[in-house]
Amino acid sequence: MPKLSRRSLWEVTLGGGGERWIADRHGTIVLDRLRSGSSLAVTARDLRGSSVLIRSERQLPTILAAIELDGIARRILLCPPDLAPDHLPGIAADAGVDVVLSDGSLPPVDLGRSVRSVECSSEVTCRSLVGFERGTATEWVLFTSGTTGRPKMIAHTLHSLTGPLDDGLAVATDAVWSTFYDVRRYGGLQILLRALIGGASMVVSDAAEPVSDFLVRAGASGVTHISGTPSHWRRVLMSPAASRMAPAYVRLSGEVADQAILDHLHAAYPDANVAHAFASTEAGVAFDVRDGLAGFPASLIGAPDAKAEMRVQDGTLRIRSSRMAVHGLAAQTRDLRDDSGFIDTGDMVELRGDRYYFVGRREGVINVGGQKIYPEEVEAVINLHPDVQVSRVRARSNPITGAVVAAEVVLRTDIAGDAAAFAAIREAILTHCRASLAAHKVPVSISQVASLAIAASGKLVRAHA
Amino acid sequence: MSVRAIILQQIDIVAAQQHKILKPLSDDLHLIDSGLDSLCLAILVANLDDELGLDPFGTGDDVPIPVTVGDLITLYENAEA
Repeated sequence: MPKLSRRSLWEVTLGGGGERWIADRHGTIVLDRLRSGSSLAVTARDLRGSSVLIRSERQLPTILAAIELDGIARRILLCPPDLAPDHLPGIAADAGVDVVLSDGSLPPVDLGRSVRSVECSSEVTCRSLVGFERGTATEWVLFTSGTTGRPKMIAHTLHSLTGPLDDGLAVATDAVWSTFYDVRRYGGLQILLRALIGGASMVVSDAAEPVSDFLVRAGASGVTHISGTPSHWRRVLMSPAASRMAPAYVRLSGEVADQAILDHLHAAYPDANVAHAFASTEAGVAFDVRDGLAGFPASLIGAPDAKAEMRVQDGTLRIRSSRMAVHGLAAQTRDLRDDSGFIDTGDMVELRGDRYYFVGRREGVINVGGQKIYPEEVEAVINLHPDVQVSRVRARSNPITGAVVAAEVVLRTDIAGDAAAFAAIREAILTHCRASLAAHKVPVSISQVASLAIAASGKLVRAHA
Repeated sequence: MSVRAIILQQIDIVAAQQHKILKPLSDDLHLIDSGLDSLCLAILVANLDDELGLDPFGTGDDVPIPVTVGDLITLYENAEA
């Protein structure tokens, strides 16, 4: 992976050879076209030093604008499509937004007279921005996928974003990357930057596109490297079109990758390397695990030569590295780091043997009579049943212990309608849970559901009390 | 099956699942002495909600805390009425 050494993303992207492209559901753009044209209806001079908010439903206009503006704008804000317009005035004020780039696909928002509106596009039909100096250390602002309130703004630099890419993963320049993430989220942006900096091409997903259609498109485009959350991947495995692509590299991040999903992906894509990575918007990518096993080797904790230092304190994983976000924007965000420079990820880990396992999010804890349970540790056991596609564990209120554990499961489609089969599966799951979990962690009830919702962030929707 | 019979059956089921040794059940047996711990009682209440569709504790009224097995049965019988 070539080093960036203060070159702008535009220079790095167009520096290599080969016909490279980015495709979405609606079309393909050959990156070389940015040499002779622009997707922005404005001159670079007008945007120099500006704080630019990029807002489009499709990802392609945002991708092109970000490539063009890195090194020119002071700050670019990558708005995910589900960002509520109500938050925009506050965001614009906190981030000192001067310009809103929009492709007209989302309803316009009036941010006052001091904020200019400029058109961006998925087409490269405007006058080129070539020849403008791209020496500014542009700040890249991402939004965290919080469930309530205004999303936090997390500021990175191209340097902090690309730090994790130097991880020894050998990728040929004719690779075709893809991701189920939106590129305006940390996990998706990582993949976009891998493609752009590594000289590869990319297939962009679309939230409105049926999974099977996307898989067919990814297969037809020759996708070789693809990432998503375990929830994304469970949906893939439920699709009859899963076999329509044949990736060489399958990556999971954003949620706990349990042994069942790793095993299922190995079985579905026997020729692929299956890796799971730990990353968060604030802390960056800390590590990836390539041995096909859930959890990570305990030797990673406190390893002195690691690019991201890790430690465990009060049960949660803490990370310190140069890949961390530079800072949060605005008064709403306290400094992300503690006194010694570590970020608390809020992800609970547990040491078993010589490996650490993720047990869940701190805020997701279920309290059964004072005993703590993380939904993910119970789901990991339930998911081991071969007929279970996906499960969700939640708190069910209870007058005696405050809460008990309840589970919902989605069964394989071919047996989903069979009530007798469900009764047997339910008993088998409970037997297995009783054998491998403490009594208070065993679900009191298991119900069958047709599907479980996945949020725009790619993660299972959970209602935290 | 009557509410009483279902409750007594569920007490047996929960105790067996949780490997608890039950005292012989009678109406004046104190729940606290029955062999069921608080997790067992929590599971019992959840199971009865599923089996009977009754949650006498969730009504928002001032629900008396059942002390004996008989109190518990009465609570559910009243909730059904």
